[in-house]
Formats: sequence, structure tokens, C-alpha cells
Amino acid sequence: MESKLNLNPRLIDSARTAAGNIADDVQNFIDKNTTVTVERTVARLMGVDGVDEIEKPLPNVLIDAIKEGGGLAKGAAFWIGNAMVNTGKTPQEIAEKVSSGEIEITKLKIADENKIMEAVYDTANQMVERIKNSRAKRNEYLNTLGNGRKPYLYVIVATGNIYEDVLQAQAAAKQGADVIAVIRTTAQSLLDYVPYGPTTEGFGGTYATQENFRIMRKALDEVGEEEGRYIRLCNYCSGLCMPEIAAMGAIERLDVMLNDALYGILFRDINMQRTLVDQYFSRIINGFAGIIINTGEDNYLTTADAYEEAHTVLASQFINEQFALKAGLPEEQMGLGHAFEMNPMLENGFLYELAQAQMAREIFPKAPLKYMPPTKFMTGNIFRGHLQDAMFNLISIWTHQGIQLLGMPTEAIHTPHLQDRMLSIENAQYIFNNARDIGNEVEYKKDGIIQKRAQEVLAKAEELLKDIEKEGMFDTIQKGKFGGVKRSFTGGKGLEGVVEKDEKYFNPFIDLMLGGAK
Amino acid sequence: MEGIQKADLMKIKPYGDTLNDGMVQMSFTLPVPYGDEASEAARQLAEKMGFENPAVVFSKDLGVGYTYFIMYGKCTHTVDYTNIEVPKVTMEYMEREEVEEYIKENIKRDVVIVGACTGTDAHTVGIDAIMNMKGFDGNYGLERYKGIEAINMGSQVPNEELIAKAIEVKADAILVSQVVTQKNVHIANLTQLVEMMEAEGLRDKIILVCGGPRISHELAQELGYDAGFGTGSYSNHVASFVVNQIVKKMS
Repeated sequence: MESKLNLNPRLIDSARTAAGNIADDVQNFIDKNTTVTVERTVARLMGVDGVDEIEKPLPNVLIDAIKEGGGLAKGAAFWIGNAMVNTGKTPQEIAEKVSSGEIEITKLKIADENKIMEAVYDTANQMVERIKNSRAKRNEYLNTLGNGRKPYLYVIVATGNIYEDVLQAQAAAKQGADVIAVIRTTAQSLLDYVPYGPTTEGFGGTYATQENFRIMRKALDEVGEEEGRYIRLCNYCSGLCMPEIAAMGAIERLDVMLNDALYGILFRDINMQRTLVDQYFSRIINGFAGIIINTGEDNYLTTADAYEEAHTVLASQFINEQFALKAGLPEEQMGLGHAFEMNPMLENGFLYELAQAQMAREIFPKAPLKYMPPTKFMTGNIFRGHLQDAMFNLISIWTHQGIQLLGMPTEAIHTPHLQDRMLSIENAQYIFNNARDIGNEVEYKKDGIIQKRAQEVLAKAEELLKDIEKEGMFDTIQKGKFGGVKRSFTGGKGLEGVVEKDEKYFNPFIDLMLGGAK
Repeated sequence: MEGIQKADLMKIKPYGDTLNDGMVQMSFTLPVPYGDEASEAARQLAEKMGFENPAVVFSKDLGVGYTYFIMYGKCTHTVDYTNIEVPKVTMEYMEREEVEEYIKENIKRDVVIVGACTGTDAHTVGIDAIMNMKGFDGNYGLERYKGIEAINMGSQVPNEELIAKAIEVKADAILVSQVVTQKNVHIANLTQLVEMMEAEGLRDKIILVCGGPRISHELAQELGYDAGFGTGSYSNHVASFVVNQIVKKMS
């Protein structure tokens, strides 16, 4: 694609190389460690599910037992496999027996290594097959029903009650939404377990549980069949249980997942060691399951200034791209994030936003970019807010964004009412249709405001990436270079869940899923 | 020709384009399927709300058997404006430099302010706008103020932790932000903080301020706060209030 912004390809290459080196450095750390949620994910993928009598999920019961027995460094697969060889029982039965105290999983006789491997891989392959089928089912829907045109219209539901969410989601789909995101209850990202079963209580959102995923998936398939359009389901693969949510989403055929370690580090104060290790496995699963990830760069701009800090968004997109590639997630599934968050009173602000969006499009040509609406400067004046959203929609269709998270006129007042969503969808549909090919028709003036702005942001991003390359990712975060938020290497939540791997460690799912279907 | 009529402040009602026409625009959704019956239901409902000649000017099928309406109607009620009383933070707000000077002159030590977005709320936009260096819309946050030590604890802070921090750093004031709330969870959360502070015997010692789009000064006072700041408040408003209160408590 020819650059409409006259971007220097050498600068882009240099930035990408620096980001690659940054990711390599972090990957060295990641490869040496595992975490409790990574191991719970292995347990889940081997078929462990359900809760004990105090509602504690069995994957937690099992992994806690292995950790207390000092065995976590070898990985859950080893212990589950060993128990299978010893007892002849399924992973679920083993977890139940661990829960009731009948089995001390780390005290069993260590069986023959080949037999353990055989037991583990037999079980693991069944789940990998199931996820493959889930992916095939999506492709079948896409081939028979088809789907909406890009940018996909993405709306949220957030009632707290999964059954109420279903009603709102089906209404939104009928009004034209392509992606339904079920916002999580706000405290969930900090829970070190995934709740179980259908839920009807939540604040500012609904618990992500496997059963809730299943209920919403079924509802969206129904309405998709009625409307003749596949409706994508989105949830949040972030917080302390990243890979577990990824696994549940892969099984229940979610299509889009928010998935960004940096977001958790900066905005939820999750420990960086923990969440970067978690992210790697979660992205392997998302990659394998054909799930589009959404990264959280847009959030930096809620704390930092969108005009002055625009280059940090681009730098982070470069880094997120490299992390995703390492996990085998193809470019077509990289919903790199950015946002329309400049002060609306800024003279020519629209031009700067346009420059930023066009630049992201050109630098990441295959990525289904996720474009976030104005939130910071929404005031309660729903009428002006509706106009701000319209400007945002215009840029999106102009620069071929992939996923359009629709802005709501009532942002900053309440979670969307039924009619708010309709008004937003109508806004976007009107503009997308009315200006459909504007991006193919209009070019930018050479060395004009738009070109110069994009060139400047790229140059600053390249510079920042080279600095990070020298300092390392961890130090950079400690110095507060992203979003103006400082986080320490050993601070934040979840560090106690990180364990250095033993040389005998193995995770069958990395082996089976990394790099897509074999 | 009649001149332009003056409003009777004892009996005011909405203005569209003629005094006392009572014109109100409104929109809402009814859980009934789109059609003539739905519009008639909306019209009758508006009549019950006290509107004369209500008219549905637009309606739209929301799917799932629900309908959206945009309506106009003439309000039949009036309000006596001359009798209105609204509790407010009644004070002259100072600019940042003036606050800094005021602290130097009158308090003669650093003022410690702890802030947090509490309970389940993860939206730090408000507390960040007031506290962080950068501030909001050209107004620097409290961290930038000389003479103020501002500690922003971030999002989803339990009330217990907020109080513990306030004790630890000997805070003069606590700022609580509640942005996204659902089913009035912010009220319960704000009330709990006051109750916990009272139980700890801290309520009179620490200035307690809340803020957010759904917060008014009146609501704040009702809940037992010293002040409440709604949309459109900046750091200097909060700072002015806090330093004034400190001086009041000193005397």
C-alpha cells in the first residue's frame, strides 16, 4: 500500500526491529516462569471444572494443592498425568479426590515418564480437537451467514445479570451491532479465580464465567441466524486470570477478547512479571482459537494527554504486535487499540485524530484495528457527545478501522440504556454508508498538517522504542513512560502466583497450540 | 402590539419559543412492540406525567418488542423560583497560585490529601483529573500544587484501605470519586465510608469530600460528607474548599 502520509519506511522498520528486541528480552523472562493461573488453565484444558462445597473452583483447589506440595515448578500437566497413570481416573475425578482429601497429588509414586506423557497428550489432544471444532463452527457460520462490513459495530452490554444482558444483546444485534461485549463486573480483574455458573448480580458488568459465555453464545447464534449475520461475542481476557478466560472463551467460541498485560499493569496494578507470563499463554490460546485480541492502548489516553502522548500509543502497538507474533497470533487477529480522545476544543484536533488513525492503518495494514470512542471529554451534554461520536465515526470509515467501539451519547452518565445503543448504531450506520469510500477518494496534502503530524508521531515513537530497547521493558514501566503511571517490578497484585520452572516442566498446550492448527 | 412579557418568577415553567408555553422535549423507551398502539401508550403516559397535548414526533422499533419515542409536551406545572434554596459550597474559589499562597500564609505546613476511586468502581477519570499532575482541560491536578502532598490510590480501593492510608499519612482530607455506578451502588459505598470513619472516631478530624457525575453538594451533605463536587469541578475548587476547611478547623 502506498503511504498517503509519506511515512518513512525505514523508520517503521527501525521501530519494528526495536520492538522485536524488546519482546525478545521479555520473552526470555517469560520462558523461565509459570504462574498459578497458567497451571489452572492447563487443568481446565485437561477437563477440570466445577467448584467445591465452598464455591472454590476445582482448578484452584488442584493447583493450590500442587503448589503447597512444592510441585508447581514441574507444571500441573506432570502431576495430573502422574495421577492418571497411578489411579486410572480422569483429571476431573482426580481433582474431586484432591478436593475431598482422598488424594495427595504430589505424594503419589512417580510413574514412568513415557506413560505420563502418553496420558497427558491423549487428554490434551481431545481438548485441542474440541477447540478446533469450535473454530470450524465459527468459520462455517461465517461462510453460510456471513458477517457485517468493517468497521464492525461493537457495543457493550453491562446489566450485571446475564439474562438481562441477553435481551439487550439481542436487541443490539437486531439494530445492527456486529460485536457484543459483555462488560465484566468491575472487581473481577482482581480475582485470582474464575467464578462458576450463571450469574445475575454484578456491578457495572456481569461476571465472566464459562456458563455465562455459553448462555450468551447461544443467544447470539440464535439472533445471528434470524438476522442472517454472524454476531461476534467479546469478553475480557485480562486481570489475574488471563489464560483461564482465554481457555473458556476458546471452548465456548468467543470471537474477540480484550487481552493486554500492559493495561493490567498500569491500570489495575497487577504485577508485571505475573501478567506478562499469563499473557503469553493466553495469546497462544487466542491465536489457536481464531480469537481477535484487542489491546488496551486507548486507555493510556484516559490518564495521559492524547495529543502529547500519541507516540506512546504507537510504540505500545509495535510492542503488542511483537508479543502477539511470539505467541503465534496472526496479524489478522491483532485488534491493536487506539482512541479518539483529544480535547474537542483543540484547533484542528480532527486532523490530528485523522493522522493518528491513518498512521495506525498504514503501519499495521492487516490488523483489525480497534478504535475507541471519546470518553474523557464527554460531559453529560448528550447532544454534543453525539456529535463527537459522529466525528469519530467519520474518521473510522475514512481510515478503514477494523472494530468500532461505538461511543454513547450518555457516556459519563450511566451504562447504556437500550435507546442509547440504538442512537449510536444509527449514527455509525449513517456515516459509514454516507461516506463509505471517502478514504479511497481523498488524499492528504504533501507536507500538510496531517502528513507532518503522522511523521512526527512516528519519529517520536521510534525514538521511544529505541530507548526502551536500551533500558528494557521492565525498567521503562518502572519509570512511568506509559500512561504516566509508574509500577515496580515486584509491586502490584499477583506476584506470589509466579513460580520459576523446573527443567522437567512441560505444558502440552503450548506445544500443541503455538503457531495455530498443525 | 404587546411588548415582551416578563416571567412570573413565582410561577415558572419551561420555555420553548413563547413565554409559558411549557414546552418539554423528552425521549424514552416502552417495552411494547412498535406501532400505533405503542405511540398511543406513550402519549397517554406523557399525559399522566402532567403534559398537555403530548405529541410523539418520532418513534422507532428497537427490536425485541420495544419502542423508542421522542416526544414534546406542554408542562402544566409551575415552580416558585423565589423560594428556591440549594445548599452549595459557598465560597470564592481560589486559583492554584492563590491556594499555594494561602497554605503558606495560613497553614504553614504541607497539606496531605488522599484520594481514591472506591468500591467496585474502576473508572479513575475523575480522581485523576483532580489529583494527577496533568490535571484536566488545562487545570493542573493537586500533585502539582506546592504545599499539597497528594496521594492518589487509584481504582477499586476498599474503604478499609482508604481509611488505613489516611491514618498512616495523617491525611487532612480524603477525596472519594464515584464515576460509574449502577443501581445506586455509589450511595451504599459512600455511606459505608462515613460510617466506618465515625466508628474509628475520625470523621471530625478529616475533611471528607466526594465527587462524580452523579454527586451534588446536597447529596454529599445528606450522606455525611463535608462537600460534593459534580461535573465541571476542577482541582482548584476542591483545593480551595479543603484549605479553607483546614483553617476553619484550626481556629
